[in-house]
Amino acid sequence: MTTANTSEPFSETRIVTRRLHERPDDSWTIDGALASGAYDSLRQVLAQGDPSAVQAEATASGLRGRGGANFSTGQKWSFLPKDTFPRYLVVNGDEGEPSTFKDRMLLERDPHQLLEGIVIASYAIQCNLAFIYVRGEFALGHDRLMRAIADARAKGFIGKDIQGSGFDLDVVVHRGAGAYICGEETALLESLEGERGMPRLKPPFPAIEGLYAKPTVVNNVETLSTLPHIVRMGGEEYAKLGMARSTGTRVCALSGHVKRPGNYEVEFGCTFRDIIFGLGGGIRDDNALKFFLPGGASFQWLVEEHLDEPYDMDHAAQKLGTSLGSGAVMVFDETTDPVRVAWRLAKFYSHESCGKCTPCREGTGWVEKILYRILHGYASPEDFEMVCDVADNISPNFMAAPFNQTTLCPLGPSVASPIASLAKYYRDEIIERIAAQQAEVPA
Amino acid sequence: MTTGQAQTDTELVTLTIDGREVQARKGELLIKVAQENGVYIPRFCWHERMEPVGMCRMCLVQVDGMRGFPPACTTPVAEGMVAHTDTEPVKKIQDGVLEFLLINHPLDCPVCDRGGECPLQDQTLAFGPGESRFTEEKRHFEKPIPLSGLVLLDRERCIQCGRCTRFAEEIAGDPLIDFGERSDRMQVVTFPDEPFSSYFSGNTVQICPVGALLSKPYRFKARPWDLSTSETTCTTCAVGCRGALQSSSNRLLRLLGVDLDAVNQGWLCDKGRYGYEWVHADERVLEPSVRVRNAMVDVSWPEALEAVANELQRAIELHGPSSVAVLGGARGSNEDAYAWVRLAKGVIGTDNVDAQLGDGLPADAVLGLPRAEIDDLDQAAAIVLLGPDLKEELPVLYLRVKQAAVSKKVPLLDLAPVDVGLTPYATAVSRTVPGEEGVAAERLVAAIGGRASGDAGIDAFAAAATGRSGPVVVVLGRGSVAQSAAPTMRAAAAFAALPNVRFLSALRRGNVHGALDLGLAPGFLPGRVTLDAGRGWFAPIWQTVPKERGLDAEGILRAAADGKVRVLVLLGADPVADFPDTDLARRAIDGAGYVVAVDAFLSESTRRADAFLPCTVWGEKAGTTTNLEGRVQRLGRKVSPEGTTMDDWRIAGELAVRLGNDFDLEFVDEVTDEIATVAPAHAGARSQLLRRSRDGVVLPVREHLHEIMVRTGDLNIMAEDGPAVSWDPIRVDAAEPSEEGDAAHEVDEARGEAERLEREAPAHHEWDRAANVGDAPGRDAYALRLVSGRELYDGGRITTCSPSLAPLRKDSALMVHPQDLARIGVEEGTQVRVTSSRATVTLPVRTHPSVPAGTARLPFTADGRGASELIDTTTMVTDLRVETIS
Repeated sequence: MTTANTSEPFSETRIVTRRLHERPDDSWTIDGALASGAYDSLRQVLAQGDPSAVQAEATASGLRGRGGANFSTGQKWSFLPKDTFPRYLVVNGDEGEPSTFKDRMLLERDPHQLLEGIVIASYAIQCNLAFIYVRGEFALGHDRLMRAIADARAKGFIGKDIQGSGFDLDVVVHRGAGAYICGEETALLESLEGERGMPRLKPPFPAIEGLYAKPTVVNNVETLSTLPHIVRMGGEEYAKLGMARSTGTRVCALSGHVKRPGNYEVEFGCTFRDIIFGLGGGIRDDNALKFFLPGGASFQWLVEEHLDEPYDMDHAAQKLGTSLGSGAVMVFDETTDPVRVAWRLAKFYSHESCGKCTPCREGTGWVEKILYRILHGYASPEDFEMVCDVADNISPNFMAAPFNQTTLCPLGPSVASPIASLAKYYRDEIIERIAAQQAEVPA
Repeated sequence: MTTGQAQTDTELVTLTIDGREVQARKGELLIKVAQENGVYIPRFCWHERMEPVGMCRMCLVQVDGMRGFPPACTTPVAEGMVAHTDTEPVKKIQDGVLEFLLINHPLDCPVCDRGGECPLQDQTLAFGPGESRFTEEKRHFEKPIPLSGLVLLDRERCIQCGRCTRFAEEIAGDPLIDFGERSDRMQVVTFPDEPFSSYFSGNTVQICPVGALLSKPYRFKARPWDLSTSETTCTTCAVGCRGALQSSSNRLLRLLGVDLDAVNQGWLCDKGRYGYEWVHADERVLEPSVRVRNAMVDVSWPEALEAVANELQRAIELHGPSSVAVLGGARGSNEDAYAWVRLAKGVIGTDNVDAQLGDGLPADAVLGLPRAEIDDLDQAAAIVLLGPDLKEELPVLYLRVKQAAVSKKVPLLDLAPVDVGLTPYATAVSRTVPGEEGVAAERLVAAIGGRASGDAGIDAFAAAATGRSGPVVVVLGRGSVAQSAAPTMRAAAAFAALPNVRFLSALRRGNVHGALDLGLAPGFLPGRVTLDAGRGWFAPIWQTVPKERGLDAEGILRAAADGKVRVLVLLGADPVADFPDTDLARRAIDGAGYVVAVDAFLSESTRRADAFLPCTVWGEKAGTTTNLEGRVQRLGRKVSPEGTTMDDWRIAGELAVRLGNDFDLEFVDEVTDEIATVAPAHAGARSQLLRRSRDGVVLPVREHLHEIMVRTGDLNIMAEDGPAVSWDPIRVDAAEPSEEGDAAHEVDEARGEAERLEREAPAHHEWDRAANVGDAPGRDAYALRLVSGRELYDGGRITTCSPSLAPLRKDSALMVHPQDLARIGVEEGTQVRVTSSRATVTLPVRTHPSVPAGTARLPFTADGRGASELIDTTTMVTDLRVETIS
């Protein structure tokens, strides 16, 4: 395999990460934030006094959800039934996707940007109560968020009659208890209501019957953190960034076998090579690239031939059969055993399966067990076909995208992605390996 | 909103299922529509009586125009829908889901209670793969573990469908079980130190699609294919739940709930479900006996009957007919009640007959108030609850009221004297001082009439009810046996002024309504007619009719205590246990000249009998029973009677012959048919009609003929050519009533009979609400007013003689408000001296926030102790003084 450890110099486009880079020592404090323009957009919105104008800007910006589903934010807001109150904004800060750590950074290092986005969004959808669901493990992020809320309240950015506008908003913070599934929006709502975190049936969608059966918008931390900038720049200006229907920037959590892992904010339309090599400095020890996860753990892997494909949501979904998902790129070099990676991911999904529906509850565990046998040399050649068929029973026609599911929520099909990736790139390798293992077993 | 709903429900749509065009009501679920049209879509989690959850993924189908594989259980049908349930992708999913379900399922079918009637077995055979590819170790758990005293859980067999947990929360309102852990370790758990002590826990066993939930009484007792089944009606309380009674080798082994839409909708309470055990109790008396020189001696039936007949004859001749009294009859069949009424009133000539034991309501109110049916609750404008705790006394009626209030959003007003099971679901609660129920009722009438009542709760309730159509249903019973029926009657008189008001009687004993309907009450004759109105009708049919109105239970007991009753017949009655004043009951039995017990057990009352005539019990006898809405349903005779026991009606007939009047009734159906010919309310309810009518017949027959659903099939639990259905609603097919007159021949006959009696027989009794009564006396500042009602496991015979239920009985303590406990000045649980005008007893005292200040709550137990020692039946209410024991 040839190695292409080369790339043109590439730089970030810092919008939501600007403050935390510019003020590394106090970006999370109210003084540091205010000194770098925090809440200016909110003042502008409140001065303008037109919630529908904010919605219009959000729609014009082409902003799509940064949690993983990539759904248009403006459109999501527009699903709220007119004249049904109260309605709620729920902030999804339960960032649990393997290899994803961008919301954590935004929470820890720029909570005021998030709060400003929350108030702007709440104003746009006319809700007076917002809930922030923070992943339980984010201790520092939670502490800084609580502090930021107290400070913002003291300064009149949250609470009654915000900045004399007559608009009220209270914010409630809830810490998760360590379940991946609670990042799924309906499971998050269940958890927020004090129920066991299990996804709900859709329909009804949260916009119609969400938290406490009221119309609810669930938005991701990064999505909301982007809002003040859309207001500042204007929706159309923001939409000029990026490519096609992937407008703006994305905070990409780069990890794995790269020289410089970290969060990089990139403009859509760059290439994976720009991210992995231009920003990440290339593969560790200048090893060859084996494969990479282009958007968290739940979607199919890409390999070297995809390095120059554009970093674009629709291109990934329609042309590459995968997704940019949560915005995490995880890189694996030639020393990696892909079966081991697939097994470890299956173990994760099995452990995190909420148990509500059969194919996920039983299937993820079974997949994990079969992969474990393949990994450790206890498999027969039919086992690889079998694990593919089990994946197919969780996600019919599992090699194709967009995925189908026999499960209630997308967690189940997530376990089929590593299997599909193995089958796509390493089938022969694995079959040979099993045969070799078999040969070692004395008759 | 309700009208909009109704419109959607009746709008028909046309859709295609597997290439066949079918019609269905818009919004119905695809899984149900398919089944009604002969396409069975496999499923585990979906249950027709619960909200769909789409968890098990067994019912995934394909629908043209819908992406992926929607679950048929969550997909409403729509016009033009094209659904496919048997395509290759769907079949592959079914194979896959079944394989997933089986990988951790132990396959210990040979030792599993469910084996042979197991939905997992059946659907694997019908829809699943031939074999499993799973070669790893299955998950293991300690098993079984008890969830409660009645239900065991085998966590390895569980397929996590959530039917049990959803039932507990959604239907029973007892969310005491839920899922714990995640992934394939997910399991049903109880909360720490809190068992699944729901009164409805047995239903979870019935609806479990595998053998994960097990009934302790049934576990390892039988294989399902060895069971034979009879349809029957539960007589544990007066709700009249439909059941499928199963036995093997002449032992009752299981009672399953049958889904009678109008009554129990498939559910049973645990007391009803497991109470069959007492039928085979060792304590049953199986041979007749008579007292010879102060000792009971077993004798033959002819000897025993001769002895009793002689005593009756002697009493009639020496002291007149009214020296004979009959107490009880509320636990038998309609046929038993009729035969005993005919014996007492038509042969002996006494009207001193009462099926109630001073703990119910006056018969003239029960028989004369306008009646509601249980189904009216769902369509009611509002529901008013004035009576006992339905959860304790009529559990399935509690479920129905809860459903109406929660699912149908019918406003519910709780006027019970203390918090009851339904209180959490009430729209408004108004706690009045016990004894002053009439005041609350008058306030409600004012509020409904648009005037301020002075009670915020009642005003809010009236506002919620305003503008709603349908009747106002009043669930009426004795909220406390520690007070007389008078306050309840005063309230009833007030309620009767409400527009479109109907009453549901909350009397509890199994067939008390049947017994009252048939005249087992002073002043009444069979068919809801008064003695005076019916005398002319019955005199030519019977040998005689009493001259004047007789005594009720309290009057009979007082007369007996005074030595004025020569023969006292206890027809399954235990006054010492059940009459609110135990002391009076004891004195009455001692004072009666000759006591005849027609019973199955020795009790404190029947132990003093001079003649003991052992009778058959539920499960051993056929006949009919009448529930609290007046629905006559058949009983199933599943096992042969124990010993030489005899049906009550036959005992009455045998005694009548010996008194010179041959009833000429040989089979129980002949008794049913005689009732249908002579009793005006029952006119037409012949045995053949009751056999053909799926849902029984509501009295008066002539007003309900148009509702009769003629059965077109049999109850079939072990279907021969399809999956076993005991886990799904068990139903009987029936033809819809038709206008065109193609109803069954039996219905036409009944109509003729009903019309004839309407012309010839006296009119039904209607309640005269003029009989108003005064208020309860004031309560002095140091006294606590006693409220006493039954608990489900009350120490009665069904509880104590059913080994599985006996341990469930709770200790009873005097419950007071925390403020009152502070005033008494003792700690929680301390023994205190409790004094009423009747007696002083020592009891532990505890606090309970459900008890209002100034009130004390003490369960009425059937052991003749505690409440029944304290209650003073001569006063309207019973006030207590509570003192520390120094």
